[in-house]
Amino acid sequence: MSIKRFVWAVLLSLPLSAQAAITIQNWQTPQGARVYFVESHELPILDISVDFPGGSARDPAGKSGLAQLTHGLLDQGAGGLSDTEIAHRLADVGAVMGGAFDRDRAGVTLRTLSSAAEKTAALDLLVRVLQKPAFPQAVIKREKQRLISSIREAEADPGTVAGKAFYRALYGTHPYAHDESGDPAAIGKFGRADLQAFYRTHYSASNAVIALMGDISRAEAEAIAVRLAAGLPTAARLAELPQAVPAPVSDARIAHASTQSHVLVGAVGMARTDPDFFPLFVGNYVLGGGGFDSRLMKEVRDKRGYAYSAYSYFIPMQVAGPFQLGLQTKLEQTDDALKVARDTVRLFIAEGPSEAELTQAKSNLTGGFPLRIDSNRKILDYLSVIGFYNLPLDYLDTWVSKVNAVDVAAVKQAFARRLDADKLVTVVVGAEGAR
Amino acid sequence: MRRICGFVLALVVGSAQAAVTDVTLDNGMRVIVQEDHRAPVMVSQVWYRAGSMDEFNGTTGVAHVLEHMMFKGTKTVPPGEFSKKIAAAGGRENAFTSRDYTAYFQQMQKDRLELSMQLEADRMANLVISDELFAKEIQVVMEERRLRTDDQPQSVVYERLMANAYQTHPYRRPIIGWMDDLQNMTAQDARDWYARWYAPNNATLVVAGDVKSDEVVAMAKKYFGVLPAHMPPVRKQQDEPAQLGSKRIVVKAPAQLPYLMMAWHAPTVKDWQQDTTPYALQILVGVLSGNDSARLQKSLVKTQQIAVDASAGYDPVSRGPGMFMIDATPAPGKTVAGLEKAIRSEIGRLQREGISDAELARVKAQVIAADVYQRDSLFYQAMQLGEYATAGLPPEALARRVDKLRAVTAAQVQAAAQQYLQDDQLSVAELEPQALKPQPRRAAVSGVRHVN
Repeated sequence: MSIKRFVWAVLLSLPLSAQAAITIQNWQTPQGARVYFVESHELPILDISVDFPGGSARDPAGKSGLAQLTHGLLDQGAGGLSDTEIAHRLADVGAVMGGAFDRDRAGVTLRTLSSAAEKTAALDLLVRVLQKPAFPQAVIKREKQRLISSIREAEADPGTVAGKAFYRALYGTHPYAHDESGDPAAIGKFGRADLQAFYRTHYSASNAVIALMGDISRAEAEAIAVRLAAGLPTAARLAELPQAVPAPVSDARIAHASTQSHVLVGAVGMARTDPDFFPLFVGNYVLGGGGFDSRLMKEVRDKRGYAYSAYSYFIPMQVAGPFQLGLQTKLEQTDDALKVARDTVRLFIAEGPSEAELTQAKSNLTGGFPLRIDSNRKILDYLSVIGFYNLPLDYLDTWVSKVNAVDVAAVKQAFARRLDADKLVTVVVGAEGAR
Repeated sequence: MRRICGFVLALVVGSAQAAVTDVTLDNGMRVIVQEDHRAPVMVSQVWYRAGSMDEFNGTTGVAHVLEHMMFKGTKTVPPGEFSKKIAAAGGRENAFTSRDYTAYFQQMQKDRLELSMQLEADRMANLVISDELFAKEIQVVMEERRLRTDDQPQSVVYERLMANAYQTHPYRRPIIGWMDDLQNMTAQDARDWYARWYAPNNATLVVAGDVKSDEVVAMAKKYFGVLPAHMPPVRKQQDEPAQLGSKRIVVKAPAQLPYLMMAWHAPTVKDWQQDTTPYALQILVGVLSGNDSARLQKSLVKTQQIAVDASAGYDPVSRGPGMFMIDATPAPGKTVAGLEKAIRSEIGRLQREGISDAELARVKAQVIAADVYQRDSLFYQAMQLGEYATAGLPPEALARRVDKLRAVTAAQVQAAAQQYLQDDQLSVAELEPQALKPQPRRAAVSGVRHVN
């Protein structure tokens, strides 16, 4: 007993937070690119990301997969260099170029040593890739085939199948409905002109968000940002995506040769800038976001042993992203597990969290805040999110106090506004026919 | 009070100038601390030198099952309380089991290390495994196996390939255990495992972050130093007998695309100062794979377009023997046989012609940069220290890793390819895709609910 009591004594004496303030510098280049910069000289590293509203939600009608393919082709030949030459030059200086792609965003990241020779060479490649992608015919043919193959390969994974069906059921005719990777039949028909046109309209300076993190001065960051933005296409800033409307209730059962059913339940949830962001985010910790603290984990896994993973989350996107609850369970107990999950959501929507649960959620989230910003990589990710979604510059400074401000009533009201337990979308993959 | 016997090492890790403290407490528990003051956080990991390689046939998976049970309560901390207390303190926690070890970690603000140590020390000695909670948790583990292995065709290929590539060595068994063994496992199996291996003298505490080494060591003495040591059973050497010719298996599983995996027996680092081959094999992996500039990608994916993906892998640090592996997915219209031939042709070229100076320099540049980049991750730094310690390698071996890689010559890479990538040492597995839509059953069985 003494151990336990002492544990709580230690906890109570903890200072509430020790987070170091992060100073975000923000400006626009003359070309209209928005820049977010954090200067840090502790490691000899420079991280850059450049994001555009070129995610799969921007696929033109009938051209599902064009955004993904365009993004994938950027570094496969650019500025007079072949795909292999770009890869060799990056590797020669130990630089790593990467990409991020989802329904909203298409981005390119660069991590390089901040020493002059390496940095100069790496930046030269980033400029070429962003500004002068060549989209060579032979490479387009090859990468189309690879993209189609990766889509086919993923069809064996019941989780992937469920995810695609879930977005289709949730979003109907909205651009979020179709998959990020695209439709193999459509991809097969893309030509070079399609990619060039998509690039010109989406990868423009006025659409760009440039994030820089690490071992450079403000003056250098300004120069790099101008250099990155100057040669981008000049297309106008894109309009916002259309608003997502609530989905009709549905229940899809998709046969799949698997040993488990993958169950997804959800609804259209919230946008990144939603005023209910914090009540929904904090409340969901109690419902299904807080790991072993969460009700779903307790009901589905701890009490019944139904699943290894049981969770829920809101995916905040440019317009309302999904609220998603998921679990995987052996076929014969699918309906039992689904019932437990639905009952758990229903009860939570009706009654909200208890005071004790909410206190636990807030303790974890606020106490864990320093872990969210403890590396250059994580801070870079925040910079690009803040920039892309137009979040306030003090987003990180006010994060803890906004979590703390959430109370039981706010959670209950926010959930009641967003979720109706009788109008949820359900997708079960693997449920029928197998074994 | 007990004194700290053992020694303190101050050494230079890469170019980081970060001192690593490495001490052994009187009861045999090892404590490794890496100070890193960039952010006011820390990660604390307890590594037990007990993984699936220490299991016996019939109870495969018990190391991992015990990992799950470690969250199910002690004499004084009720089930669920461990996680609840760490969460209340803002922590993130989890655990992982490998072939070589089982490790538990908490990431928290720096001033919460004491909570983590109290709880870890408690469950090192006072775990309670009830029949009731075991019965629930073993179901969870079986779901984990279905999720991560049974319904992932490439995981099935890997599992079956290992079971064939090793004839006797315990690495032939899957970490998560065979399903049959999980179904037959009892709470007593887990209790036996805990009693056998969970002792301070079979554990290493690794703490990295914004902490002071002497304070961490003092705290470790206070919480872990008081636990009694008990000797784990003697571990007998289990050398894999030499492979006498290549092996080949076909795995049929629901999938859309075929897949190929090749594995050659290879050495791992044992004497880090004298060994050269494991470092040469690491360079070889970098020449073959890892980014768009590497040979497999360039030749098979881009030029010949016989594969849509191809990569190589090799882990030089482990308690047991090593494997050099290549896996690839054929391009549409290409066969696995053709793809294997193309891979063999690349290997033949390596063995005949070696690698160019430019390739060697390129891989070394990436190694040096990656060593700087990994300093951005506290967790990864602690992971590496724990893995080296568990494999029986000192922190110097980690600190000097980059130097050892820089010293590799093109001739050594070629020699390693010649010596180890031989057909007689090779095992090959091919995934033969089966229909993804389940075959319709007789009308009498209309749904899976009726199975039980």
